[in-house]
Amino acid sequence: MPDDLLRLDGLTKAYPGVVANDDVSFNIREGEIHALLGENGAGKSTLVKMIYGLVKPDKGSMTLRGKPYTPSEPSAARQAGVAMVFQHFSLFDALDVAENVALGMENPPKPRDLARQIREVSETYGLPLDPSRTVGTLSAGERQRVEIIRCLLQEPKLLIMDEPTSVLTPQEVEILFETLRKLKSEGTAILYISHKLEEIRALCDHATILRLGKKVATCTPSETTARAMAEMMVGSSFASPAAKAKTPGEVLLRVDNLTMPAPGAFGTPLRGISFELRAGEVLGFGGVAGNGQDELLLALSGERTTKRGTIWVKGADVSRDGPVARRAVGFLTAPEERLGHAAAPNMSLTENAVLTAGRRQRLVKNGFINWKRADGFAQDVIKRFDVRTPGTHVAARALSGGNLQKFVIGREVAQNPDILVVNQPTWGVDAAAAAAIRQALLDLAAQGAAILVVSQDLDELMEIADRFGALNEGRLSALKPVVDLSIDEIGLMMGGAHDMEVAHVDA
Amino acid sequence: MIRLEKRPQPSKAWTVATPILAVILTMIFGGIMFGLIGTSPVEAIRTIFWDPLFHPQFSGFSRPQLLVKAGPLILIAIGLSIGFRAGIWNIGAEGQYIMGAICGAGAGLALYPMESAMILPLMIVAGALGGWAWAMIPALLKVRFGTNEILVSLMLVYVAENILASVSSGLLRNPEGMGFPGSRNLSQWSSSQNLELIPNTGMHLGVLAAFIAVILAYVLLTRHIQGYNIRLTGEAPRAAKFSGVSPARTILFCLGLAGALAGMAGLFEVTGPAGQISIDFGSGYGFTAIIVAFLGRLHPVGILLAGLLMALTYIGGELAQLMLGVPGASIQLFQGMLLFFLLGVDVLTNYRVRFGAAEVA
Repeated sequence: MPDDLLRLDGLTKAYPGVVANDDVSFNIREGEIHALLGENGAGKSTLVKMIYGLVKPDKGSMTLRGKPYTPSEPSAARQAGVAMVFQHFSLFDALDVAENVALGMENPPKPRDLARQIREVSETYGLPLDPSRTVGTLSAGERQRVEIIRCLLQEPKLLIMDEPTSVLTPQEVEILFETLRKLKSEGTAILYISHKLEEIRALCDHATILRLGKKVATCTPSETTARAMAEMMVGSSFASPAAKAKTPGEVLLRVDNLTMPAPGAFGTPLRGISFELRAGEVLGFGGVAGNGQDELLLALSGERTTKRGTIWVKGADVSRDGPVARRAVGFLTAPEERLGHAAAPNMSLTENAVLTAGRRQRLVKNGFINWKRADGFAQDVIKRFDVRTPGTHVAARALSGGNLQKFVIGREVAQNPDILVVNQPTWGVDAAAAAAIRQALLDLAAQGAAILVVSQDLDELMEIADRFGALNEGRLSALKPVVDLSIDEIGLMMGGAHDMEVAHVDA
Repeated sequence: MIRLEKRPQPSKAWTVATPILAVILTMIFGGIMFGLIGTSPVEAIRTIFWDPLFHPQFSGFSRPQLLVKAGPLILIAIGLSIGFRAGIWNIGAEGQYIMGAICGAGAGLALYPMESAMILPLMIVAGALGGWAWAMIPALLKVRFGTNEILVSLMLVYVAENILASVSSGLLRNPEGMGFPGSRNLSQWSSSQNLELIPNTGMHLGVLAAFIAVILAYVLLTRHIQGYNIRLTGEAPRAAKFSGVSPARTILFCLGLAGALAGMAGLFEVTGPAGQISIDFGSGYGFTAIIVAFLGRLHPVGILLAGLLMALTYIGGELAQLMLGVPGASIQLFQGMLLFFLLGVDVLTNYRVRFGAAEVA
């Protein structure tokens, strides 16, 4: 077809033990927004890496505007007009916006010219951004704009976006979509990777669905229901989390005027956070990234201890206790960052099981680790939470993000905590796995545990939480029952979102 | 074009094969070097690697030297490796070694000329405590004020060397030594002497302690929660904090252990092979042990082998200078090559080499 921008023909890539992409063919047309859908491990990342020149296909070919396209490295891809915005930003906190943009360019122009270009592009595409601001002070949404502008300065023909909305507020998502639609109207094609099906339905012209490395379907998202797309992705129907039980019991966790100075130059201090968490209850904390979520987790997990009398578990003050003592009384946490915080990248899954479960699962006796027991526990977690891995001997870094997420959440859930605090439990996890994780959290609550979910995924919080609160610059809003809330109200509770025109709607 | 591709898992086979490959490469390139300076490559390699152990005439003297030299290297390197695993860079083992020797010798000499079977054990404890205390200085400063343990521990080496010079011509000087600097000879005082346990093997108490340290370190790192916490701290410090490992306690433990082992090594040396506290007692074992620890990939068994290999090249190198008249610099170059190849080929453990360009789908 003459209006095909990029044609993929029988792309195949195998890694030892797994075929990541098996004979994948599809076309991206000029100026369309094309969705790429699939579960974790379905081969989306590998496919995109081949298009961006990070991975070389074993078989198959790509054609860009009728010419063979064989990028040997990302810079070749960029020269050919393919740009990519990664899910994880590669920005330096201590540098300003223009310096960060210049770092990603082959031949950066003079700083003054670059700042002007950044301003031009940001105005043209409705992405407000001051080139002289230090990146460390930006919100997640603004950081993403830096990445997008860095790509747009290269005037790409094809822009690849990997899960771009996972860190944005609803308002920020709207701004992003406006930008993408404008780009599309100017003829830039966009390959959009996401697992948020409603977004894809709202934004994308075509969708290609991958499952286990193979292309299984294409569809027009606006004419397909989200549920149908999800089932194509998973290959079977899956259960939505069951209705929540509503019998809050006694107070298990009480946080009383928790105040903590910022841990680093770009951290957020916690300012007088107070709440109560009852048995059987799921509490949801929303908020734009960087408003104190990580810091709250540090304070609750015991990695940073706080003033006496600020954190109470079942009536006992644990404010000065470390993580081990808190786990001993049934107070478990799971931080947001999987690699390096919740799990040690180079250690095996068995070793990572000992990381938090050593005492509760009696994996350690008299100081000596019972590796057989530890391995058994790791296997339980893998089985119960459907972690796809060749075995427990595999290093944590070898697992895909979603699979590792299932493992680190599963590791805490499987220990039957009385109180569980999770940060971004389904971040980067596909629909089926996310549903499984949410169901596990709800089941735990039904058994009488108290759950606090900190998440930037508002749909998720609406789905599982009984009460909702928003974190903003280290403060916690008033908590409200979820049934009374609309998504617009929530956006306003989150407030403080930085320079957002759309935020002036009437509540 | 040659590219390196990261392996999903470190290769087990290459972990074993790389040291062998490195020794072969060193022999080839070292042989070329010896050829260029006019020595027979084969003869030079044989003199360095083979003769110290099997030469009919010299091996009687040089073979025991292997354990004598390897013992302190292994003992110190084991202590250092535990800290290195946790990302705690104690490079002042030389100072801890000297202070251990001074404290241990001092404790013994205070009782001279008493005779008791308890004196040597007392000296060993004092030696370990001396090294431990010296290592506690960088440890406490790091815990309390966040100082850099690399700088502090290194600087303390020079302090220890000056203390050594001072006591060997002052406090610990042999009163019957006719004014020469240096303490009484501890290897000639039956209460303090650290003799060979088996004649003509070089196997003294320090070597035995080194072997025990290898086994205990292996058990600590693979079976014990403290060893797990140490590895976790090195692999992912934030995950370690999340797990509940106290960074301060890890720092105190690792530096303290390394200091105690280095101090013991110093004590065994001063009561055995060296015999006395003297100005030139510090022989660089504390620094060489850093190399041994890394050559052994921070693994106890690896360190055992690396210590023996290191000792062999030192003895073989001396023998080559003596017998073949090769310059000392060429021996150092040869040892440098060995280190270079051992560390260089390690890349194969974590990376796969791919030939050919990356494009063409």
